[in-house]
Amino acid sequence: MNQINEIKCTFLSLSQNEGLARSIVSGFLLPLDPDVEELADLRCAVSEAVTNCIVHAYKKSVGNITLTLKAYDDRTFKMIIADKGCGIPDVALARKPLYTTLPDEDRCGMGFSIMESFSDKLDVKSQIGKGTRVTLTKKLSSPDVT
Amino acid sequence: MENLSLSCRNEVLTATLKNEIDHHSAVSVRNEIDDRLYKEMPRALVFDLSEVNFMDSSGLGLVLGRYAKAKELGIEVVVKNPSKRTEKIFRMAGTDKLIKIIHDKEIK
Repeated sequence: MNQINEIKCTFLSLSQNEGLARSIVSGFLLPLDPDVEELADLRCAVSEAVTNCIVHAYKKSVGNITLTLKAYDDRTFKMIIADKGCGIPDVALARKPLYTTLPDEDRCGMGFSIMESFSDKLDVKSQIGKGTRVTLTKKLSSPDVT
Repeated sequence: MENLSLSCRNEVLTATLKNEIDHHSAVSVRNEIDDRLYKEMPRALVFDLSEVNFMDSSGLGLVLGRYAKAKELGIEVVVKNPSKRTEKIFRMAGTDKLIKIIHDKEIK
């Protein structure tokens, strides 16, 4: 498969940038004529990933979040969300549905579960004190031929 | 962008969530609902989601957090008119087993 497009952008871990990240994903995917549901799924997935960076990786501090989007000619879409925050001590535990370290802040522990269910493959690499990198892969369905 | 309107009638507090409910918007919405909840002490708290066009797990956390508070106070919580997508997120977390989801069948 050949890559047909890529963007990379870095923004601060401020909550108003959650909406920005969703807009970037929409803007990148729209020329590929995505299915409406798939687009909504991926907007939700990026929102979860960016929220994780803000709420967990950087906690009370502000740091950089780098969002990379790639599209391939077989309609594979890749989304990489990387931070240089605190890192996740136990990735397998963090990925468990309903697991959260912040129940008092109304976090429901569904972020990774939602990202997983809205993707074909979700890879999470994390190092304590270095940061976390989430890679989501999704093969977009073919556009309706009318 | 406005994300919430509150109204109380016959001891039912209705919180109508609007537009995009994410971590960013959930924070201020949460405080407003909680203030009004403690002031009114209603019989039921209804989340009307018919005007929501985006919701992620932060919105789910918002509803679940209010549910936990309301339960302690003996207040019933109902989720009304979520879109198909929003309902999908609710079901994913098993929230639909805790909180009643209802749909108005009326045509606008």
